[in-house]
Order: sequence, then C-alpha cells, then structure tokens
Amino acid sequence: MKSFIEKCCDECWHSLDKPCDLFVRCCTEGPLCHHDKACVEKFAFLNKQLKNIEHDLPIIFIGMGTCGLASGALKVEEAIKAELVKLNINAIIQPTGCIGYCAREVIVDVKFPGQDRISYCEVTPKIVPKLIQRVFVEKGIFKEKLLGTFGKGTPEIPNINEIPFFRHQLKVVLENCGVIDPTSIDAYIANGGFKALDKVLRLMKPNEVIKEITDSGLRGRGGAGFPTGKKWEFAYKQKTDVKYMVCNADEGDPGAFMDRSVLESDPFRVVEGILIAAYSIGASHGYIYCRAEYPLAIVRLQNTIELCKKYGLLGENILNSGFNFELKIKKGAGAFVCGEETALIASIEGKRGMPKPRPPFPAVAGLWGKPTVINNVETMANIAYIINNGAEKYASVGTASSKGTKVFALSGNIKNTGLVEVPMGTTLNDVIFKIGGGIPDDKKFKAVQIGGPSGGCLPTSVLSTEVDYESLKQVGAMMGSGGFVVMDEETCMVDVAKYFLTFIQNESCGKCVPCREGTKRMLEIIERIPKSYRNTKNKLDELQRFKGVVHLQRLGDVIRDTSLCGLGQSAANPVLSGLRYFRDEYETHLYERRCPSHVCKELLTYSIDNTICTGCGVCTKKCSSDAIIGEKAQAHYIIEDKCTRCGMCIESCRFDAITAI
Amino acid sequence: MHTHIFENYEPNDKSSLIPLLQEVQSVYGYLPESALQEVADFVGMPLSRVYGVATFYNQFRLAPLGENIIRVCRGTACHVKNSANILLALENALNIKAGGTTRDRKFTIEVVNCIGACSIAPVMTVNDEYYGRITVKDIPNIVKKYSKAPKPKEVSITPEVGLV
Repeated sequence: MKSFIEKCCDECWHSLDKPCDLFVRCCTEGPLCHHDKACVEKFAFLNKQLKNIEHDLPIIFIGMGTCGLASGALKVEEAIKAELVKLNINAIIQPTGCIGYCAREVIVDVKFPGQDRISYCEVTPKIVPKLIQRVFVEKGIFKEKLLGTFGKGTPEIPNINEIPFFRHQLKVVLENCGVIDPTSIDAYIANGGFKALDKVLRLMKPNEVIKEITDSGLRGRGGAGFPTGKKWEFAYKQKTDVKYMVCNADEGDPGAFMDRSVLESDPFRVVEGILIAAYSIGASHGYIYCRAEYPLAIVRLQNTIELCKKYGLLGENILNSGFNFELKIKKGAGAFVCGEETALIASIEGKRGMPKPRPPFPAVAGLWGKPTVINNVETMANIAYIINNGAEKYASVGTASSKGTKVFALSGNIKNTGLVEVPMGTTLNDVIFKIGGGIPDDKKFKAVQIGGPSGGCLPTSVLSTEVDYESLKQVGAMMGSGGFVVMDEETCMVDVAKYFLTFIQNESCGKCVPCREGTKRMLEIIERIPKSYRNTKNKLDELQRFKGVVHLQRLGDVIRDTSLCGLGQSAANPVLSGLRYFRDEYETHLYERRCPSHVCKELLTYSIDNTICTGCGVCTKKCSSDAIIGEKAQAHYIIEDKCTRCGMCIESCRFDAITAI
Repeated sequence: MHTHIFENYEPNDKSSLIPLLQEVQSVYGYLPESALQEVADFVGMPLSRVYGVATFYNQFRLAPLGENIIRVCRGTACHVKNSANILLALENALNIKAGGTTRDRKFTIEVVNCIGACSIAPVMTVNDEYYGRITVKDIPNIVKKYSKAPKPKEVSITPEVGLV
C-alpha cells in the first residue's frame, strides 16, 4: 500500500462508484469494515510513513514556496542533488511549502530515520557541500545555519517553536505550512486532514455546522470582518435550486501574501473548508477565484482538485453522504477591485469587474442571481480547526469581539520578514519587536501600515493597540487582509500617502464618481505637496498647494461617505491616518519645503563630497540630464539647475560620495 | 494558431470570456484584433463588450510584447524598499518607460501591483525567474544576462519530487 486510495485487501471497497462513508476515518484508524491484522498493520505503517515517523532513507525537506524559490531554492536543490550523487548518499528530497520565516529562506530540514527533524536556514548552493559533509558524513549538526529542531529542544539545539520568531505565535491556519508535502493528499489525511469533513458529513446537519461556526465567533479574514456563521445562515435560508460557494483568493492588497502562502503550502485545508461551507449552505458548485500573479498557487490548487476528485472528496455523492460538489478555479486578470464581493462575481460572470450596490447581498442574489457565499482563503483555512476542536476552544483565544488567530505578512523595514500567526489581542508592539525582531541597522521605527490601501499608518504612540477588528479601526487602520508593512525613519509619510493614492486611482473601476474623481483630486493635492516649484513662474500655482490641503480632510470624508464599494469607502484612509498622526511631516513639506526623511526627490539638493569622489565617472554616465561635470580622476560637481533629482547618481556611486539633503 | 483553444469551451457561454482571452494571450503574448473578433463571435457578445473587458483588466494587452518581460513589483513593501529607483534605473538602462517595449523587441517593462514576495522586497521577475532583494547596482547585470542569450525556456516553478 502506497496511498490511501489503494485497497488493503479485497474486502475493502472505497471507490468513486461506490464511496465508503467511513473512508477518512478508515485511513487513519483503519480498516474499519473488517478485522484483519495484516491490514491493520498496513494502514498503521502507511500512516507512519506519511507522517515521516518511519522511513529507511534520510529525508531532506526544502521550503519551496514562492519566497523560497525566489531566494534560490531550486539552485539549492540542484546543489544538494549533485553533492549527494558525488558522495554516493541515498536520501529523499521532499519539497514543502513555506514555514513562514521568509527572511531566512532557503530553509532546508534534514531528518534521519529515528531522529528528530532539524531545520537549517539561509542555505545557499555555496554552503551546501559543507552542510552535507557536516550532517551526512560527520553525522553532526551544522551549527552555523541551525534554526532548530522539531523534536525536544536542548540547550544546543533549541526547539523550533522556542526561537523568538515562533515563540509568540499560535499556529492554527499555518499549522501544516512548511511541514507537510503540499502536493500529497495522503500526507494531509495522515496528519488529520479531512477529519472535519468526515465529521460534518456523517454526524452534523447543515444548521448544526452553521451554529458551530457562529458560536466560534469566526469573522471574515478578508478585511471587513463580517461574521462567517451569519453569512452562511443568510445563504442557508434561501430556497432555490442552485447555490454557489466562492473562495476569494484574489489577494490584491500590496504587501499581503498570506493567502498565497496558505494555498501553496496547505491547499487541502482550504478545499476542506470550502467543502464544509458548501455542505452547510447547500451549494452544489464552487469557484476559487485566484490571482493570475500567483502561478504556483494555481498549480497547487489544480493538483489539489484533481486529487480530491480521485479520492472521491469532490464530485458526486461525496463519501456516500449524498452531497455533490463541483469546484473550479477561476483565474483573475489583474484588477484590485475584484477582491470586492460583487466585482468578483461580475468577473466570474465574464464582465468588467465592477461592484454593484448592496443590498441585495450576494448571500441572497449573487452569482447569476443565485445565493452565493464568498469567503476569504484564510477564513476557509480556519473551518476545519473549529469543527475538529469545537467552537468553545476556538473562541477561548482572542478578544471579546474578535476570536481566534490572525495571520500577518510582516514586510518592509523589519528584521524578520515573513508570515506570522498571532492570537487576536496581541499588541502591535509584540508583533513588531518580539516576533519581527525590530528595525534593522539600528534605525528608528516610524510607522506600521496595516490593511493595505484601505488601512492606515500607525505611529509609535498607538503600538500598544491590540490586534482586533474594532480596536484597529478605532486608531484609524483596519484589519484588511493582513498586510503589515513596517516603515523606519527613512520613509516619508507624504510619499507613502501619494503611493497609496496613485494605487487607488489606478485601480478605481470608474463606476462611481466619488471614487473616480475624488481620489484623482486628492492625488493632485497630495502631489503638489512635495513639489519644489523651482522653475515655476506662476506663483498662483505654487499657492494652490495650501488651498488643496485645506480641503483634504473634507474631501476624504465625502469620498468615504458616498462611494459605492469598500475600495472607495476606504480610499482616503491612508491620507486621513497620515494627517492624524504625521501632520508635522506634512507641514514640514508645506512650509519649510523640505522632506525630513530625504525621500521626496524634488525637495532634495544633491551634492558630491569632493574629498571622497575619485572621479571614476560612473555617475556622469548614469545622469539622465547631463548635470554632472568633472575631469576624469578629478572630483565631480553637480549643476543644480540642470539636476532633475532622479537619484540615479547616488545609487550608482561606489564610494558613497554623493549626498542628498 | 489559436483555434484549438475553443475546443475546451462551450459556445455562447459568457463566463468563459476571461479564460478564453487569457488563453489567446498565452498563445500570442497579446490580444490581436482578429482573435478578439473570433472570441466575441464564439461567446456571443459584441466586440465592443469584449474590448471593454480586455481593457478593464491589467493582465490583457493589445500590443505585442518584447521577448523578455521584466515585471517590477510596486507593492507597498517594495515601495518602502525603494522599488521606484529600481524601476527608474531599468527605464534608464533600456531607454523605455514602464509599459513600453524596446525597439529591438527584446524587453518589455511592466509594473505589477504585488507579486506576493514582499518578504524579499524589492522584487522583480524576468520571464518567470524571480530576483529578490535587488539594488540598482544589480540592474545592468540582469539586463545584460538577458540581452545576450536567446530567450530561455520557460522555467517551470513546479518543483520536482525526486529520489537521488
């Protein structure tokens, strides 16, 4: 027996034509339909194998999520293979997903038979020979790049969950990520997968499932935080022939990548959640709407759906329960607004992805006018845990209004970039400094941007805020999908506001006027702030910037109150939160004509330090406006009037002789 | 060249419009007018509607692309890590603006909102290869690598499972 779909003997009978309702239980505890010692042993052995408890050869796990691949996981794999061949060592190479510690990729784990799995980080092709030599030939520990062990920790080798990055985390959604093989349905089942589906189909009625989810207090993880149970109940109560279940994997928020990681590292968990949701609302068809920018996630999903069909977990009469469900993948085509429910529906229907006014809510009239539930990937990944462990246990974690955990994508100017899952109620301070490790290069923390373009920038003064839907909203940010971009003192808040408004302006679908025109005007106002007006003859133009800023707050309020969908309603947040916490920075730009963080290029003055400049001439070639002059091997100079302040000279200088103040 | 695409779809099904356009684009690299007309006829929609959809989504383009497609990520994390300068350096190096194609049709620069590899920002991809934690100084080398060699075979990012 190599997989669960194979029969242990002739008496066993799970097949697509004749599904067995005890199939999932049978896989881990089986066989249940007959008593045969040999069969019991076969199942037990297969389970141990799939859980990597029993194996003859050493296993090498390589983290191959997108971030791992981008850090060179494929080259590391090649190097490991070459080295193993060279030393004539037999080992199994098993790609896994992402464990979340992206800053230390490529992560390679080694597990010898009968020993604990030991994790190494920052592996490059260059150090692979040393690693293999130390671990496989000398049978030791490669201390230089040691991350931790999955077994019991010792003073020398800490347990992986004891290192600072993981210690304060609580893994529910990310439990399997980076640990199991994301391409194997058997590995998922052996590690307790599809148990929740089995329980739901055999023992629970749809309304009981909905009650369980409602009791758990689970709220949508896509951003708005609508109670999931309630949404299901609306759809459940609708009486029609067809209902749809849609999983929203259109993770458009720049700076958020938790859905991608979950889909790449544990796709079966998401599909299990979708199946349970579909069963409870009575949906027969479902879609996963995934961004086209996530090619690996789409490949993984296709594989997942194929395997689920093969195992009779998707299709007709799933596990002999009479429940039929068909799941398809819809690839997005690059439109941020399609993350909004009604726009997503329009996009699946083959139209321009424009939102519609609500009500009617999709749960009443959605896809092709039928009741449709749309849930985010992370929400779906929580479902199996709630069913397995009960609503009470799930609700025991978190704050009064927000239960469970939340995954954040730490990025920007922070030491430990990556995915972290923390219980609701953890303070921002803990996430940034305890888990994230603080700001690199001894720089000062300035702000954290939470919630993507709909969220806001929060300064040090509110870092004691707890992670919770309501408290984040109170301080001017929002949960969003979980982007968590940390900014240091070298980030300019006016520039960040300009960046987000440009983004919103580009992505506004153009249907409603407040969003289409309002954000455009807002962007114009913000763009005037960091302008130098050096060559402007029209003084009126220069004064316009004051007039604009006076209207900024009101304009923001109007856009928020009158826009059609969430994109417009939250479009002004980055600017409003900026005005609230970083007003002094806006004022320095406006009155003093300078950028305290030295980011807004037009307000900078470039100069070359003639004691450092060697006259190599690289900057003259890079300068797009011929503003740098100087003899070869002599110090160069910048003609200020010609300089367009593109900053290319600074980037190209090898001696750090150019400064911008 | 693209007629085989239609075999997998039901005619007059409007929901298959976007997947059809995606497949046509994967054949040509862009959406030729003739193909748009054929798709419109197949799904039973006026060409104007199909054009409306094709211009709404960032993924679709109506002009042919260069051999190598450079995608610069302009997500928040990349922005904080100075991806604007990366883009500027690329534009200067290739002498085109974002969205444009070089005259010899070797390179196209595209800007994407977020590739989802924020932890190794700033990121750009050339064809399907990722370059993380890049600096402006890396740009000439990367451009050089692709301007010499003929277009590399598409790198599949499905990892292989193998026994050594």
